[in-house]
Amino acid sequence: MRKSRLPMILLGAGLAFLYLPIVLLVVYSFNDNRSLTVWTGFSLRWYHELIEDGQMLEAAWLSLRIAFATACGAVVLGTLAGMMLARFGAFRGRALFAGMISAPLVMPEVIMGLALLLLFVSLEQLIGWPAGRGVLTIVLAHITFTMSFVAVVIQSRLVSMDVSLEEAAMDLGARPAKVFFVITLPIIAPAIVSGWLLAFTLSLDDLVITSFVSGPGSTTLPMIVFSSIRLGLKPEINALATIVVAVVATGIGLAGFLEARRARIREREESQAGRV
Amino acid sequence: MSDAPDLRPRPAPKNPIGKSQAAPLEPWRDPNAKPYVQIEKVVKRFGDFTAVDNVSLSIYRGEFFSLLGGSGSGKTTLLRMLAGFETPTEGRIFIDGVDMAGIPPYDRPVNMMFQSYALFPHMTVENNVAFGLRQDGVPKDEIRARVAEMLEMVKLTPFAKRKPHQLSGGQRQRVALARSLVKKPKLLLLDEPLGALDKRLREQTQFELVNIQEKLGVTFVVVTHDQEEAMTMSSRIAVMDHGHIAQVGTPTEIYEYPNSRFTAEFIGSVNMFEGHVVESEADHSLIRSAEAGCDLYVTHAAHLPEGSRCWVAIRPEKVSITKDKPAELVEGRNVTRGVVREIAYLGDVSIYQIDLPSGKRVRATAPNVTRRTELPITWDDEVWLCWRPFAGVVLTD
Repeated sequence: MRKSRLPMILLGAGLAFLYLPIVLLVVYSFNDNRSLTVWTGFSLRWYHELIEDGQMLEAAWLSLRIAFATACGAVVLGTLAGMMLARFGAFRGRALFAGMISAPLVMPEVIMGLALLLLFVSLEQLIGWPAGRGVLTIVLAHITFTMSFVAVVIQSRLVSMDVSLEEAAMDLGARPAKVFFVITLPIIAPAIVSGWLLAFTLSLDDLVITSFVSGPGSTTLPMIVFSSIRLGLKPEINALATIVVAVVATGIGLAGFLEARRARIREREESQAGRV
Repeated sequence: MSDAPDLRPRPAPKNPIGKSQAAPLEPWRDPNAKPYVQIEKVVKRFGDFTAVDNVSLSIYRGEFFSLLGGSGSGKTTLLRMLAGFETPTEGRIFIDGVDMAGIPPYDRPVNMMFQSYALFPHMTVENNVAFGLRQDGVPKDEIRARVAEMLEMVKLTPFAKRKPHQLSGGQRQRVALARSLVKKPKLLLLDEPLGALDKRLREQTQFELVNIQEKLGVTFVVVTHDQEEAMTMSSRIAVMDHGHIAQVGTPTEIYEYPNSRFTAEFIGSVNMFEGHVVESEADHSLIRSAEAGCDLYVTHAAHLPEGSRCWVAIRPEKVSITKDKPAELVEGRNVTRGVVREIAYLGDVSIYQIDLPSGKRVRATAPNVTRRTELPITWDDEVWLCWRPFAGVVLTD
């Protein structure tokens, strides 16, 4: 009996739909031609130019720093918000709080950006802080919208965690703050790591909100890439994108491998549970 | 219900099951004994729902006290109020004479063993057990010694370095027990301690629990829905129903002298005959029951007005079943006839289901004393059922 080829074709089409653009981008990053679309030969020329391009590297470094600060800030605030939603029962104003926390998930970025810009300008006029727009305002704005994502991730993890673990710790004499740091935090650590990575990624590629709240001397990588479209794209961008894709793919691959190994070990240990 | 404290018969039978019950072992009978845990008119409401409704209980030092009830009876809520995870809406709780109002769980002289065991998944067995001692700042050497001692007691020394997921269900249960006992609490609360174990392990663990409790002299308060478990382990049982205490007593009292139809039917199986009082004297009562098809003569019963409606509860093992008419009985008293409809042969005993002419189905159990393959009584046999005057319990609600 012949096996139908249809599933394979559909799978191929689906993968092509998702990844063909990225494959093209990677291929053309090795193209020895000024044009983005005409293939002339293999070369590492654009990687070389990328290293020489001080402005581009500086923007990349700035973006990484902003993303790091954002992720750390968002994890702290998002964890607090998640705890509030998952562990403090039906306090007054809970529904409003839950709604407000998730609002940034659906709010158009243009509105968020505009609102934050207005806030920063009025604050500066009123109390003189933050002085001008720059890295600080970008980080604050990014924390504002990424903490919602973190809060959702943390909350769902807390909801699935057995509350009696925390009660048991309290019963054994640990005060609530101690319970949080010694029991809750280690158990929800994977959710905190994914929340951190999520905030990091969101911050790294945000363009719209950043454009509103950035100032002179705080041009992030997405802003450079976007503005260079108007001046004519150089394949240098492809090279940069390829490096990013490679780093991300390696990271995901490594995480997947470690997770699979951990699951395998755990499964083996569980199957031998109880034996001496 | 619980406000009529002693519905036990007059005169009280001496040691109904022949167990020696010396007075000091039963502090609840001593009017001067000071209760270790005192629950006073405690009410707990969640919104409109009343989970615990005006419960008062006294639990004495060294008791193995069970809260027995179905789901939603309020037993777990009551336990959680003792631990401090819930606050009573009304009423007060005293532990060792101290009012527990406003005292958080981490400051109570109480430890709890959770139904899910709640072992910390990221810590080894050893660290799980040591957790409570670390919170109190016990010196390291002492922690090591006490943890080792506890693990020795629950026979888990070789597993000290394991994580909880590397243990079997029974081992996890023992880690949870060791962790809740290591701080030497005066009062240990156990929420369905054997609920997650399989039947064979459960029976074995019942005795281990009782042994440990006796050895350490800790007061145990256990929540369970399993009446057999409660009967085996407890010094006293409080039967709970819809947030109320239906009855408090020793396993024997609860089984032999239930104070209500609810308790009688909740614990074990029972035949319940509806009737009305014909005679109520000091030494006996006579109840006429159309359902039973005879008069029920009961030697012990509280005084009831003649003509009032009541129920007589008779346990299946107290009903004897014969093919021939039993001798030495007053005609029409505690003797009736019926047809065998079902027989369940369980090896040690057989359970017979007999239909009376009134349509009432009666359950009778008889031990299989002789060895024979052919049963002396079989399906569709017409049989005589009779019971002794002490067998019945008269109930009014």
